[in-house]
Amino acid sequence: MSILHLVNKSPYERDSLDTAVDYMLDGDTMLLIEDGVYAAMSGGKAASKISGMKVSVLGPDLAARGISEEKLVDGVTVVDYAGFVDLVESNDKVQSWL
Amino acid sequence: MSNIKKFMYVNRRAPYGTIYAWESLEVVLIGAAFEQDVSLAFIDDGVYQLVKGQDTAGIGMKNFSPTYAALGDYEVTKIYVEKESLEERGLTLDDLQHLVWEDEDDDWAEKDSIRLVSCAELAQVFAEQEVMFNF
Amino acid sequence: MNLTIQVNEGPYQHQASDSAYFFTKAALEKGHEIFRVFFYHDGVNNGTRLTTPPQDDRNVVKRWSELAAEHDLDLVICVAAAQRRGIVDDGEAERNKKDATNIAPGFRISGLGQLVEGGIQSDRLVVFGD
Repeated sequence: MSILHLVNKSPYERDSLDTAVDYMLDGDTMLLIEDGVYAAMSGGKAASKISGMKVSVLGPDLAARGISEEKLVDGVTVVDYAGFVDLVESNDKVQSWL
Repeated sequence: MSNIKKFMYVNRRAPYGTIYAWESLEVVLIGAAFEQDVSLAFIDDGVYQLVKGQDTAGIGMKNFSPTYAALGDYEVTKIYVEKESLEERGLTLDDLQHLVWEDEDDDWAEKDSIRLVSCAELAQVFAEQEVMFNF
Repeated sequence: MNLTIQVNEGPYQHQASDSAYFFTKAALEKGHEIFRVFFYHDGVNNGTRLTTPPQDDRNVVKRWSELAAEHDLDLVICVAAAQRRGIVDDGEAERNKKDATNIAPGFRISGLGQLVEGGIQSDRLVVFGD
């Protein structure tokens, strides 16, 4: 029963990313949206936490914040809203770490 | 309704500073009438919701903490508290309300509702759930 | 798949309602069904027709109303949360003796049971909030 973990807060403001990482099991996926996309930047505080995990980031939120895809942690994939919907469908449930 | 799902209400907010804790408890109470397989999890600042001795007289808000003690009567009997979150805040189970339920299959014996679990154990419980409620 | 969407924050202050809107739209475009969109906490403020955003900004409320009209969406505002925050339809105005209503087209006010029902009836519940 895989979980899609949604994180929408900057790792510098809240601890939701840390908790989400702690609760990720094999087969789960994390999707970073809204201010959560800052966690996907290489060289940032959360980079080492998410590297090696199945992490996606919402492209429109990335672009809005002026982050180019080259700045992302290796292995992080960019999805659009249609890809967001696909992730919700391909996992058994969604946990929003509000 | 034959369609019984495993519901998990995830609580990560402290009470009073924002309304999330109180309004999510309202969902749990209403949801009890739907007779699903309900669990509650208290993680991060959510553990502060269960601290005993809350007195809101000085802030003009309703003290909703006694409601947690009534959850057993609503057949909400699985209350998971994450050990790491408690420890990180310098709290122990003794700082929390003693929540119980009466087991009708066991001569109405009073049983503890709170299950103190590690993050790793709670992650396994999450894996078994069908719907996660977040507030 | 069949989805219930929950929105926990009001318009403009947070991105939650915008994210929920674009997600809902994308799901509809892919042929999925939206069982219900449930507005809770300050999210009930998405349902007042009295907002007037500046011309160069998006109209969050109107956008929801139009999407609802186009796809026959069920936009439900939690009654308890709405009463606290002053979102009023005809029924509520009569029951609570209010001198006005402000609910936007396509929204309706109903109980929390509608959210729980969404959890039971839908394949997925997706929550947007702070």
